[in-house]
Amino acid sequence: MSTLIKFTIDGVECMAEAGTYIVEAARENGIYIPTLCNIRGVKPRGSCRICSVKVNGRPMTSCTTPVADGMEIENNTPEINDIRKAIIEALFVEGNHFCPACEKSGCCELQALAYRFKMMVPRFPYNFPRKEVDASSPKLIKDHNRCILCKRCIRAIKTEDGKNVFAFVKRGRNVRIIMDPVLGEQMSDELAQKAVEICPVGALLPREKGYQTPIGKRKYDLEPIGSDIEKK
Amino acid sequence: MSKPIVATTSLAGCFGCHMSLLDIDERILDLIELVEFNKSPIDDIKTFTKQCDIGLIEGGCCNSENIHVLKDFRKHCKILVSLGECAIMGGLPALRNGIAIKECLDEAYLNGPTVRDNDKQIVPNDDELPMLLDKVYPCHEIVKIDYYLPGCPPRADLIWNALVALVTGDEMKLPYEVIKFD
Repeated sequence: MSTLIKFTIDGVECMAEAGTYIVEAARENGIYIPTLCNIRGVKPRGSCRICSVKVNGRPMTSCTTPVADGMEIENNTPEINDIRKAIIEALFVEGNHFCPACEKSGCCELQALAYRFKMMVPRFPYNFPRKEVDASSPKLIKDHNRCILCKRCIRAIKTEDGKNVFAFVKRGRNVRIIMDPVLGEQMSDELAQKAVEICPVGALLPREKGYQTPIGKRKYDLEPIGSDIEKK
Repeated sequence: MSKPIVATTSLAGCFGCHMSLLDIDERILDLIELVEFNKSPIDDIKTFTKQCDIGLIEGGCCNSENIHVLKDFRKHCKILVSLGECAIMGGLPALRNGIAIKECLDEAYLNGPTVRDNDKQIVPNDDELPMLLDKVYPCHEIVKIDYYLPGCPPRADLIWNALVALVTGDEMKLPYEVIKFD
């Protein structure tokens, strides 16, 4: 039988099953912790650090840290929110994020986080790296300008027999996502659609589609990311 | 007391932000009551005739003339506001960033699929033309910018709220719906 344990988030008493990751435990208690690389139901990776919280005074990623009895978690504090905002700003200057022309604009999680944290301008200088758009696959368009290397497509998109469709190549600043040419071609339309949806930014796009939802009706046009969790 | 003075300009922009400023509808009449315009495409005053309080900058810097105008604005305005994505991050003109300038010019004037009648293989190089910069720069990488209003274009309500807040000194209203990057 599972055991319920008690912990606090910003001084609010919460309860969850022992072993639940902090981000999930917070969600069950109606508290939103922002995430970007995390996908519900897939093993967490803790790479983007957006979900950083302070656990008993020490910074931790809440997507990979299980709750324990008596934990004191700091989430919505000026210090932590500024760290999160800095990470978002760093992601914006690191790639080429031209929101005005992006198909994903309005439904993009990176953009939605920037809205939530009221990013008016990044504090870092823009990088403007030269990156390629790969439209060789018959199912998907891959735009490396927008990729934030969250690995969500690698971790969540598998064929029926469990093979990875996506992978990392190269290292350091040259690292990028590649798609297996054979598996990518054989991919079902459903799996391709899932890949588009799993991508938090506009790096994976469907072919011959785009800008289908009018401005004002898109996912994050009127309500900040995470407000569905906070409403509960 | 005299009215606060506003100047505006469009650097490497498309005038969309200026259109959005006009999109405040009938509040434009209140705006005329509230402020006086100096150098601006709206009243067609070409050069600064006095010191201004607020300068609205649309567009980033893609050539030497943009830099000259932007520095002139910094000299003549107490407060400079980056208006829109191009002023803040270069915007669509910055799509050329990362591509060598020669490659861009060759594509535009020599090798592009729509190039016609350029037998002499000329890339415009008249002394009168402003020099292109190596890339498109956000305004705050050239001069100090005091405030940023994102959007493509920034929503009319955002521009209105910002102008009113700057003129009256009240805190600016920033509802979620008005901060958008597209």
